[in-house]
Amino acid sequence: MRHVISVLLQNKPGVLSRVTGLFSGRGFNIESLSVAQTIDPEVSCLTLTTKGDDMIVEQITKQLHKLIDVIKVTDMNETESVEREMAIIRVKAEAGTRAEVLRIIDIFRGKVVDVSPKSYAVEVTGPASKLKAVIDILRPIGIQEIVRTGVISMSRAKKS
Amino acid sequence: MKISGAQAFIKCLQEQGVDTIFGFPGGAVIEIYDELNKTDVIKHVLVRHEQAAVHAADGYARVKGEVGVALVTSGPGATNTVTGIASAYCDSIPIVVFTGQVPTQLIGNDAFQEVDIVGITRPCTKHNYLVKKPEDLVPTIREAFHIARTGRPGPVLIDLPKDVVGAMINFPEMKQVKMRTYRPTYEPHPGQVEKACKAILKAKRPVIYAGGGVVLSDANEELTALARKLNIPVTMTLMGLGGFPGTDSLSMGMLGMHGTYYANMAVAKSDLLISVGARFDDRVTGRIDAFAPDAKIIHIDIDPSSISKNVKVDIPIVADCRHALAAMNTWIDRKIDPADHGGKTAAWLEKIAAWRNKHPLAYKEDGDVIKPQFVVEKLHELTGGEAIISTEVGQNQMWAAQFYHFNHPGSFLTSGGLGVMGYGFPAAIGAQMAAPDRTVIDVAGDGSIQMNIQELATARQYGCPVKIAILNNGYLGMVRQWQELFFDKNYSATPLDVSPDFVALAQAYGGVGLRAKTKSEVEPVIREALKTDNVVIMDFVVSREEGVYPMVPAGKATTEMLLV
Ligand SMILES: Cc1ncc(C[n+]2csc(CCOP(=O)(O)OP(=O)(O)O)c2C)c(N)n1
Ligand SMILES: [Mg+2]
Repeated sequence: MRHVISVLLQNKPGVLSRVTGLFSGRGFNIESLSVAQTIDPEVSCLTLTTKGDDMIVEQITKQLHKLIDVIKVTDMNETESVEREMAIIRVKAEAGTRAEVLRIIDIFRGKVVDVSPKSYAVEVTGPASKLKAVIDILRPIGIQEIVRTGVISMSRAKKS
Repeated sequence: MKISGAQAFIKCLQEQGVDTIFGFPGGAVIEIYDELNKTDVIKHVLVRHEQAAVHAADGYARVKGEVGVALVTSGPGATNTVTGIASAYCDSIPIVVFTGQVPTQLIGNDAFQEVDIVGITRPCTKHNYLVKKPEDLVPTIREAFHIARTGRPGPVLIDLPKDVVGAMINFPEMKQVKMRTYRPTYEPHPGQVEKACKAILKAKRPVIYAGGGVVLSDANEELTALARKLNIPVTMTLMGLGGFPGTDSLSMGMLGMHGTYYANMAVAKSDLLISVGARFDDRVTGRIDAFAPDAKIIHIDIDPSSISKNVKVDIPIVADCRHALAAMNTWIDRKIDPADHGGKTAAWLEKIAAWRNKHPLAYKEDGDVIKPQFVVEKLHELTGGEAIISTEVGQNQMWAAQFYHFNHPGSFLTSGGLGVMGYGFPAAIGAQMAAPDRTVIDVAGDGSIQMNIQELATARQYGCPVKIAILNNGYLGMVRQWQELFFDKNYSATPLDVSPDFVALAQAYGGVGLRAKTKSEVEPVIREALKTDNVVIMDFVVSREEGVYPMVPAGKATTEMLLV
């Protein structure tokens, strides 16, 4: 099963390689990874998605926790959370398809961020399922390039 | 008043109670060596290879129960420590390794003798540091010792750029190290303790499976109390030997690949496995789905990541082994009168005794040929079981584990997790430094001993009367045994066609060399060695193709043992 794991880390040199080294050294896989500073400049937040059965994911979270520079590890699958990822997709847009691309992007609340005579680069944000839907629809028209940020995720605040 | 980084380094060691370090100098640490030579608060032991410095620090730490320290230069000095660090990491031994580094402004420039040792050792240290600013030096050293000795202990490396050591700094006052991200759990959860105790009182066929955590946390008394109170049989991993008295009637010796028949059978048939500070290593479990198939599993470990890593655990207890066992003893004492309960396992113990009678730990005698197991038995007898034994790796290691029945923690030093040939001799030197009055013996193979033989000079220089007992079979014996059993005796690269004359070699270094070629010569040689106040090599010419048995072939169930 796919898990989104959020890790708070000390914002120090070398910390990222401790995390990635752990994954490669122990044969865990990383499907996506994104890291940036949090509101506390001494702390970074790293979000990664990985796949594995319960025993593997339990090992992953425990091993992450064991790293001295790790402050907190949360398996976002176990909490209510908001999950987002951004993609920039360069799609073929020639005379016959320019209008259709714009319509599709509009439906997904995407934006055109770069225009050329033969293509649009469009920006789409959402959970992974939404990005997959956009990509599936644009594919027949002709996708030339995709860059993605990797997932970020935040727990929802308690409602009461 | 400002002091230099090098002076601060020495003050920090003093603060940590360190009085002996093992090292080898070079350009990047020459400032530190300059200071070391001006003080007598720290004894520096000059090894002859940096790997040996780390193994010696490891042996020192195990015997003294304190953090061992090694100091080396940058580049090759640093890379030479990697095997020692990785070994200490696998065995959870608290050491701090200081490596020199090129000046900060040169880092990343492929400077002379520059190597990214922090990057290289990241996966085999508990934690490591590059000190970039002089003012970070002292807090980093304090944190490193704290990390090395607390929680699940382990090696910590500090990389010291030359300019940081040379800088003038204020020496900050000692404060208790408090870390935001690192707070090991020592106390067990009372609810889990209760669950575990109830399961133990209910069990009909319980087995205690004790690992290195028992030795590291000094839990031997608590463990012994629990086992004797309820008459629970105990088996130990290689790292757990000494954690429970090996001569006790409840001891089943070691389990696993070269464990006893009865220990492996008992685990296989048990209904409750009480694992204390062990980690279900593949050398212990054999084929994992056939390991203790009918048992509920209690697992006490200070490292949460050890729990349910290889085997699903029913009752986990994250805690220091000693604290957890103490809590369990208290709970049980309050609930029951052991006098009423102690007999509950009688039938189970009888069953184990029957297994033991059927296949005791044994070997075949062969006239006046020296059997390696006999040598270990004689060492046990003539030292009254009270020596500190280190080992190299291979058959020699397994025979030492099987036939020297360890009664005390900290008396068996072996590279268990990594299996480093060349560990035993430098570790024995470290052990002898930590316990000058004890008899320290390295049970060695003719192959392994040559991997750090240069330390004869160190032993001589510091008057370390370590005894080396080479079980000389003319082979890389353990590998030969695998070739014999699984590769049609195709002895590829395992015969040691040329070896030095070990007696002459010892003498060349100013030590003593003795040789036994027949069984009757074994005892006199050992007696002579034990009364010699010098480093001694005992060269025992043993039967060449002896095997270590029982043996569970890799990947087989632990009940599928090959026997003598
Ligand atoms: C540094 C290192 N290299 C290789 C091995 C693989 N290995 C394990 S046991 C062994 C044979 C050791 O021979 P010897 O020291 O003579 O011991 P014996 O088994 O004959 O008692 C070898 C090569 C190892 N454990 N460590
Ligand atoms: Mg040999």
